[in-house]
Amino acid sequence: MGGMIWYLFAVMAGASAVVVAANKNVVHCGFALLFTLLGVGAMYAFLGADFLAATQMIVYVGGILVLVLFAVMMTHKVQAVRLREELIQPFAALGTALLVLALILLVVHRTAWPLAAGHEPAPTTAQIGREFLTTFLFPFEFASVLLLVAMMGAAMIIRDRKPREASPGDSAAEVPGGPAAGLPGGSAAGLPGGPATGLPGGASGQAQGGA
Amino acid sequence: MDPIISTALVILLLPLLSFVVLFFFGERLPRRGDWVGVGALGVCLLLALVIFGHFWGRHDPTYRIEQGWTWLSIDRLHIDAGILIDGMTAVMLVVVTLVSFLVHVFSTSYMHGDRRYSRYFAFLGWFTFSMLGIVLSNSLFFLYVFWELVGLASYLLIGFWFHKPSAAAANKKAFLTNRVGDFGFWLGILFFFTAVGSFRYLDLFTGVASGMLAGKTLTIAGVLLFMGCVGKSAQVPLHVWLPDAMEGPTPVSALIHAATMVAAGVYMTARLFPLFSPTALLVIAYVGAITAFFAATIALVATDIKKGLAYSTISQLGYMVMAVGVGGVVSGMFHLTTHAAFKALLFLGSGSVIHAVHTQEMPEMGGLRRKLPITFITFTLGTLAIAGVPPFAGFFSKDAILGDALAFAMEKPQHFLPFVLALLAAALTAFYMFRMVYLTFAGKPRDQHKYEHAHEGSWAITGPLIVLAMLSVCAGWGGWFGRFVAKPGPVVIDHAAHSMGAMGGMHGMSGMGGTSGMGGMHEMPASPSPAPALATDATSGAPTSAAPATGSEHAGHEGHTMMGEAAPAAGAATADAAEHAAHAAHIRHTAHRRAMLLSLLVAGTGILLSTLTYLRRSISSAGAQAALPRVYQLLNRKYYFDEFYGVVVGRGLFLWNAALAAFDKHVIDGLVNGAGYATRGISWLFGMYDRYFVDGLVNGTGELIRQFGSLARQAQTGRIQTYFLGVISGLVLLIILYKAVLMP
Amino acid sequence: MLEIGLRHYLTLAALLLSAGVFTVISRRNAVVILMGVELILNAAALSFVAFSRYVTTGIVGQLVAVFVVVVAAAEAAVALAIVLAIFRNFQTVHVNQVDRLRK
Repeated sequence: MGGMIWYLFAVMAGASAVVVAANKNVVHCGFALLFTLLGVGAMYAFLGADFLAATQMIVYVGGILVLVLFAVMMTHKVQAVRLREELIQPFAALGTALLVLALILLVVHRTAWPLAAGHEPAPTTAQIGREFLTTFLFPFEFASVLLLVAMMGAAMIIRDRKPREASPGDSAAEVPGGPAAGLPGGSAAGLPGGPATGLPGGASGQAQGGA
Repeated sequence: MDPIISTALVILLLPLLSFVVLFFFGERLPRRGDWVGVGALGVCLLLALVIFGHFWGRHDPTYRIEQGWTWLSIDRLHIDAGILIDGMTAVMLVVVTLVSFLVHVFSTSYMHGDRRYSRYFAFLGWFTFSMLGIVLSNSLFFLYVFWELVGLASYLLIGFWFHKPSAAAANKKAFLTNRVGDFGFWLGILFFFTAVGSFRYLDLFTGVASGMLAGKTLTIAGVLLFMGCVGKSAQVPLHVWLPDAMEGPTPVSALIHAATMVAAGVYMTARLFPLFSPTALLVIAYVGAITAFFAATIALVATDIKKGLAYSTISQLGYMVMAVGVGGVVSGMFHLTTHAAFKALLFLGSGSVIHAVHTQEMPEMGGLRRKLPITFITFTLGTLAIAGVPPFAGFFSKDAILGDALAFAMEKPQHFLPFVLALLAAALTAFYMFRMVYLTFAGKPRDQHKYEHAHEGSWAITGPLIVLAMLSVCAGWGGWFGRFVAKPGPVVIDHAAHSMGAMGGMHGMSGMGGTSGMGGMHEMPASPSPAPALATDATSGAPTSAAPATGSEHAGHEGHTMMGEAAPAAGAATADAAEHAAHAAHIRHTAHRRAMLLSLLVAGTGILLSTLTYLRRSISSAGAQAALPRVYQLLNRKYYFDEFYGVVVGRGLFLWNAALAAFDKHVIDGLVNGAGYATRGISWLFGMYDRYFVDGLVNGTGELIRQFGSLARQAQTGRIQTYFLGVISGLVLLIILYKAVLMP
Repeated sequence: MLEIGLRHYLTLAALLLSAGVFTVISRRNAVVILMGVELILNAAALSFVAFSRYVTTGIVGQLVAVFVVVVAAAEAAVALAIVLAIFRNFQTVHVNQVDRLRK
């Protein structure tokens, strides 16, 4: 009976994955991904990884998937819905994917895995927490910093950039030492940065003014 | 921790601190933060001088301090980060911090008012940090890491004015050219690592000496290592990036592209000298000699003052590389040191000139000695030094190199070419440097307008010039360099000394600080392999070889005696070896005397010719151009290297791709179509069944091949998915190959 | 019916991986490509957990899987931000039309 339920979830995950790969409708893909992720979460439960199963539900199904669907919605103009689309290099992709699949299956079924003696799955949450705060403290902290940086980075990237107003300080730096504009170096002022021929055109003006 | 080691760590980290502060807060600091960089480097310089003084007092070129920390430990792979300080390091520390400090000071005036002023100083700090890392590292791994970091700093600073298209192109060119060299360098490092199992210099020396890597493999690995030097030190044929790198600000050219970074290749070659087989050294010698000569000929016709100096730098680097190649580690490093002083001086002097007249073209200068007296005097002193006029610094170092090259040629007469090329290059150097002085400072102003507006810069410009000029005059006196660097003798494997006592000796003082090390750090574990003892150590302990005798023989000699290598160490003190050593020392002795006379002669000739041509005008340079139009054209176009690369790399790849496309289009498609038509014709005869069946098959095949054909044609789509496809299928193929072919 | 064992999980993981590879290679839409990456990451995490249950019997495999989830979350956030930025600049999310580097 347990086997039947396992196969149910496995088929659900696998079939949805195929749908993600092959379906031409982007929204359908998103929902198929949802089912795949649910199936993988169920696999974690079967494997006795209760914490992971919960994490999978919360982070993936709750977080990432919503993000993905948001992205789908935001990147398609509502007026001109064109959700369907063609594949590129489908045959090559199919061939490669099948090759990968065949290779892995061959390895999986040919190898004599050194199976350890079975043990009863026990709740792992407490153990995971302990490990994270002792042995794996550094990776754990590192991951949290990574998440923070990723969050800030994402915010930076999609921030709406308004053309910045030129501050008075900037414009002053651009045309240094106004009176010295008669210098040959003054020709550099035509360029935005100042220097024109490998010499600091702006600098000359300042030095002249100071002298 | 040993106080010297902690001092070195402070020296290493201060410029990094300066970088961080300036990068993030530079714009908000008073004076836009330039004092942070200048101050940090000032402290660094003082600390470097402390270390320098310590080694000066020791008077022992084999003395070394080393300390390591485990950086990465995965299973059997251990990579240590460590600091190695010996005489060579002490000298390099002073060179790097001194030039960097002076360039910082110079830049406060030169870059004044630049829009990205504080960013510029941040980059300078970043560069100094990376360069010090190269100098201090005790393993190839970290040498490579910092090697790439200076490359990055160089990239950022060449393209500092990136809004100029030429600067943007120049830094790209520098980066790509260096990639070619560094690729070989990394391969070489991996060669040594796989054979010896460690990145640490001392382990590698021991490993090579005990034959873990020998014969052709050792030669190949050595030449690959040397490729790193070819790229970074701009040796032929990868020299093309350095002249273009002059697009960067002039102080940057002085610091990175004259005094320090480009010398890193030479430093690396000298540091790793025991890793090179005799054949590899021969390659090094020839590459260096050819570079020295060719670059000098190009410098003859340069009209851009910075480009001229750039080719001069390439030529001098070739000198140093050749010196290492012929076995003159000491003379090569000595020339590196003196060259850092006078070439930085020349570049900063040119910067002062450019600052004054706003052009880099020498035909638009002339007569500037009256307007820029300090620049003129210091620049002339630098020129005298580089031309090899006694008693200036360049004379001693160049003479030492020529002596080594001549000794090499006398021992192996079939390899006389490096010496001849070096001698010619010396004459050319004297000629073109004086040409530069005459064109810039002597005669009448050729552009009256620019001349009238020229004026000497502030103390920040002239101060560094004066300091460097003093060094260019006296850096060669007294044979001080022999206190710091000696030619590494063959590593002796002493099985009897396989005890902790010997290990302690090998690690220098590092053993003492081990117990008081900070938490998490620990002393580098003593390797269980036989303790290496430098042969020079061995000879000083057991003076049965000819070393003392030759030493006293040399003592009567003058200045450059100290420059002569320590007599070749004779591990086994047989009579034969002693006799041979005495013979070699004799050759070296005579070689140095002859080389000195010859170098004086050629330098004098060069200066004389230059004076006649450009000061007295009794020889017409235009006449010479007209007489040898082909030669002039060849030199002016820099031997067509750029065009060559443009054709071979650029056009060649394009043609190759076009040929592939044409092959796809005509041959493969033709074949497929031909097969399709032929089969269709036949199948028509065989009726409907055949037609549907066979046709389907054939068209399917055709379609498949066409798909693959178009795939191959699209190999360069710029689309990441195609590349990903290639990666995945390549990976799968590799696994299959591995299982099926290699492990049946 | 056989008892569910290591090979079953690995087979499922292989299937997910191949589907992910196909998706990444063949789709035009950047968002779907990201979905493919998620599939690949899930396949890897699943096999980690399976190995940890059947071969090593420790908990390390599960820890690694947690890190995979973390990386996936970070990746999704940044990558989707990039997709939105691309969409704003090019008015498309089709990767084959965003090839300015080629020119």
